[in-house]
Amino acid sequence: MTVETRFAQFESLSLENGTSLSPVCVAYQTYGVLNAARSNAILILHAFSGDAHAAGISAETGKPGWWDNTIGPGKAFDTEKYFVICSNVLGGCLGTTGPSSRNPETGCPYAMGFPVVTIGDMVRLQTKLVEHLGIERLLAVAGGSMGGMQALEWAVHYPERVVAAIPIATTARHSPQQIAFNEVGRQAIMADPDWNDGNYYGGRPPGRGLAIARMVGHITYMSDESMREKFGRRLREKEKFGFDFSVDFEVESYLRYRGSQFVNRFDANSYLYITKAEDYFDLTNGTGSLAGALGKVTARFLVISFSSDWLYPSYQSQEIVRVLRRGNHDVAYCDLQSNYGHDAFLVDVAEQSEVIRGFLASTYRERA
Amino acid sequence: MAASAGLKQKKPFVGELLGREDFAIISELVEPDSKVLDLGCGEGELLQWLAENKGVEARGVEISASKVQRAIARGVSAYQGDIEEVLEDYPHGTFDYVILSQTLQETRAPLKVLREMLRVGRRAIVAFPNFGHWSVRLYLLFTGRAPKTGLFPYDWYDSPNIHFLTVHDFDQLARQERFTVERCYFLAGHHRVRLLPNLFSQVAVYLVRR
Repeated sequence: MTVETRFAQFESLSLENGTSLSPVCVAYQTYGVLNAARSNAILILHAFSGDAHAAGISAETGKPGWWDNTIGPGKAFDTEKYFVICSNVLGGCLGTTGPSSRNPETGCPYAMGFPVVTIGDMVRLQTKLVEHLGIERLLAVAGGSMGGMQALEWAVHYPERVVAAIPIATTARHSPQQIAFNEVGRQAIMADPDWNDGNYYGGRPPGRGLAIARMVGHITYMSDESMREKFGRRLREKEKFGFDFSVDFEVESYLRYRGSQFVNRFDANSYLYITKAEDYFDLTNGTGSLAGALGKVTARFLVISFSSDWLYPSYQSQEIVRVLRRGNHDVAYCDLQSNYGHDAFLVDVAEQSEVIRGFLASTYRERA
Repeated sequence: MAASAGLKQKKPFVGELLGREDFAIISELVEPDSKVLDLGCGEGELLQWLAENKGVEARGVEISASKVQRAIARGVSAYQGDIEEVLEDYPHGTFDYVILSQTLQETRAPLKVLREMLRVGRRAIVAFPNFGHWSVRLYLLFTGRAPKTGLFPYDWYDSPNIHFLTVHDFDQLARQERFTVERCYFLAGHHRVRLLPNLFSQVAVYLVRR
């Protein structure tokens, strides 16, 4: 299945910080066919560094989508049954307006002149895209990590537009530990002299800082066990220690590789803006009352966490489930056993697919 | 003890379908379009049947991760959790029925569970294996060892059953707690027991309310 990225443009988008952006462009892809009743649309929400290319083989790059093991014919999000949409988030650098986009007022990239956006702003832009596609009500919104935050935001703020929500490996509010890791990443970027207060477009990007930020990120996406399994203490192309600071261990080599790869596809300023949006995320809007926030949801929920995920630990999902249960909302929940840490929702998908498939089928049968 | 009321005499197909005669009785007791919570719902077979055939709004709780996964894959809104903790979360009178099928003897605090069931539900349906069955009595009498029978197939050291009870025990508890027993049914295999249920029934199913 070859897929192409398409673009939708909107005149303006009002933002939570009181300002607005205009114009705003959204990159998106779709898979499958919208039925006549327009009742089979599912919006997939990507995680921090994802993009609109969730499934199929990209016509532009020839690469499979980031959730190609989960979206497609016969897969968890079965594109023979459902019409699946995925868009790049606001503030991103993979087709949707973000800090690397041209500011029409100056003719130059926004850089740090880009407004600080929130998960709520990302979702508001998605509502425009969904309207643009002629869909009033989504059968489901689904995503892991930051995608899960967006799914929760949809269910809470647009209850009439969402039949079901599938937040995976996520939280109702970013925790101090999550904020701390994001801050390390941001400081690594801002400490790189090439960052130049965000003005590096047209010059050398802060590749060293961004690579370090990504290395930290990758550590948090794995688990102690998955790292032991994947790397052990194996040395990289050597028999004994080098007694220097070149690469000794496989794990070092892996992190350096991941870091350098990331620099080629991701904008450092987007890293700053998107992590900030995650850190600001709090479904309770600062009130601390999750019951208040989730009180008005009407969607059916499938909440999934993973046993070895220490970045978005299971207790954060269970807190959401508990509050939904207390309000007698329709919620299914399981904590899937996996050694893959936070990355499990992307790589260890067999059981996750089984529950999503069944949940969607019954939702479509009974509620669509 | 309340007399067992007449169920429809046709062979309930749920029992055959699910291989559990207590499910057959439960499936007939539950009124259509009601709200049901099944504690220890396993793979969700009963809830799926109730949702599809009686239009009930079904919720299930199950401690086993793999069973919860299969229940959700069937389309049942089940969640992984401990029965005793989950019950505390629900407000009074959330459900029309709270079902506990062959799990009472596995709970840490059965009386607390029963009281909680009748707090969050208007009615409780409780099915339990009868420790008073003659085979259990004979096993203990003749071997002098902890009963290991078809009904209680475990060695004492790895049995999930930690509170054994008989039909008489449940009747006595219901009187003590002033639960009203609306219906009760006694089973031996696929047959209904009407005579001396405490001696001849393997499984008892009670419909009770406050």
